[in-house]
Amino acid sequence: MEVYDGEFINELEAAAKRIRRHIIKMIYEAGSGHPGGSLSAVDILTALYFHILRHDPKKPDWPDRDRFVLSKGHAAPALYAALAEVGYLPLEELSTLRKMGSRLQGHPCMRKTPGVEMSTGSLGHGLAAGNGMALAAKLDRKLYRIYVLCGDGEMDVGETWEAAMLASHYKLDNVTMYIDRNKLQLDGPTEKIMSLEPLSDKWKAFGWHVIEINGHSMKEIIHATNEAKGVKGRPTAIICHTIKGKGVSYMEGSLHFHGKAPDKAEFELAMKELGGDAQ
Amino acid sequence: MKWKEESQRKQYGRALVELGKERGDVVVLDADLSSSTRTAEFAAAFPERFFNCGIAEQNMMDTAAGLASSGKTVFVSTFAVFGTGRCYDQIRQSIAYPNLNVKIVASHAGITVGGDGASHQIVEDIALLRVLPNMQVIVPADSPETFKVVKHIAKTKGPCYVRIGRADVPTITDEATQFDINKAPVLRDGKDVTLIGCGIMVSKCLEASEELTKHGIDARVVNLHTIKPIDEKTIVKAARETGGVVTAEEHSVMMGMGSAVAMALVENFHVPMKRVGIPDVFGESGGCDELMAKYGLTVDNIVEAAHDVLKRKK
Repeated sequence: MEVYDGEFINELEAAAKRIRRHIIKMIYEAGSGHPGGSLSAVDILTALYFHILRHDPKKPDWPDRDRFVLSKGHAAPALYAALAEVGYLPLEELSTLRKMGSRLQGHPCMRKTPGVEMSTGSLGHGLAAGNGMALAAKLDRKLYRIYVLCGDGEMDVGETWEAAMLASHYKLDNVTMYIDRNKLQLDGPTEKIMSLEPLSDKWKAFGWHVIEINGHSMKEIIHATNEAKGVKGRPTAIICHTIKGKGVSYMEGSLHFHGKAPDKAEFELAMKELGGDAQ
Repeated sequence: MKWKEESQRKQYGRALVELGKERGDVVVLDADLSSSTRTAEFAAAFPERFFNCGIAEQNMMDTAAGLASSGKTVFVSTFAVFGTGRCYDQIRQSIAYPNLNVKIVASHAGITVGGDGASHQIVEDIALLRVLPNMQVIVPADSPETFKVVKHIAKTKGPCYVRIGRADVPTITDEATQFDINKAPVLRDGKDVTLIGCGIMVSKCLEASEELTKHGIDARVVNLHTIKPIDEKTIVKAARETGGVVTAEEHSVMMGMGSAVAMALVENFHVPMKRVGIPDVFGESGGCDELMAKYGLTVDNIVEAAHDVLKRKK
């Protein structure tokens, strides 16, 4: 097992904190958006963009780059913040989220935003699109890998399981899917709205290699991804146990902040908790 | 009938194999209907570039989008009823919106599917697809035209919907006829009325024009193979020069080719018009000819519509 020193992990965690601040500020300034599911996915996105992905922000079209597909498109603020932090976008542009004329649409648009690999927003499409990229990589004998981030709510979607079968059937070991298992969807707890458990067994039954981790631990995210890279002949699902709204006390585990912007007082409190000022 | 008949699917299969030989970037997806859509021929020739997605059209469309975003020219085939309505969200979100290079070539469109009945007879697909931004919609008239359309769209970037049928159709064009997506060919010149057809109805428009000659009526016939982008110039010119228009399509009259023509005329040049097509109803099981007669898609229906338009011309 690769050993990551404390300083490296500290740097990633600091980046994740900056991304959380960007998210709160972007959604506050836009007046709408999805803070809960953006915050639960931040650590996964940070690990990806700061360490896991082979990519070059100066060359978003580099043919051999790893691909990342944000299937849960409503976490767009988290994606944009990560893209800006690594240099795909100027940080100042983040304040244009959801505004007229912005490259930062409410949900990701691959034709507008550099670094966005697939237009998403309608749920349950991302894994299948990632599979298409993975088939292309195999056809072209390329070594790039495809990473897909799905929300646990997307496990309700039939197409997710169609794509699960296809990835397994075509032995797409270049596909790694993270499931942001924050256990809440818009209308309530996933197990109340549409039970998903035993989720791990389901993916195993579909022929996937399955790893379960704490989705807020950089070390666990990186180790699980390294394990996935070594799996031959089948795709890997990493079930990331997360907390919706992670990092902001009153948003954690809250349904209220699935798709609602904070008001002024809430915004200031969130920024304080995340170690930033509200400017 | 004076023309020989041939399956459009046969020429689709042939065109795909030719494309496969010419270009390594062409990949083909099907949803467990490859022997019917004839993508099986490509699958046999280029197994590594063919992906059967099983009976999972939504998944197939998104997989196609991913392949296209990675530089592939992707042909996707299944029956029209499953390749449009069943996966409309996937086509909209992942293909049309990002303007990806996915060519949906769907067979078994319209009521000429026959015995399978209304569940399989889609008469709304042109309507569904033509309202999507970035999407081109083509309805080839016969099998040589199908071949040329497939070769043509492989050369252009962006999404495309090509609608072909199950039944054999009369061959009215030949290998030498050029296909130009921006130009609707005038198959017969005429000055009294214009008959505009697409797909299987083009040959019926030609037959109707011959029938009308017997009544002293000189009808122009236009093959409107491309519903989008629509060749407004040819349509408006025909309306100006003949003063009346009949459209004929194996599709619902709601928002199909006839509606597209009507819109072009309303905004440019008003003339009396009549749309021959399937009324706002579902089909049923039956023989092709029986269904075409019951739902008003015969040569006589076109002739009658032309007389109606002529009456209103004055």
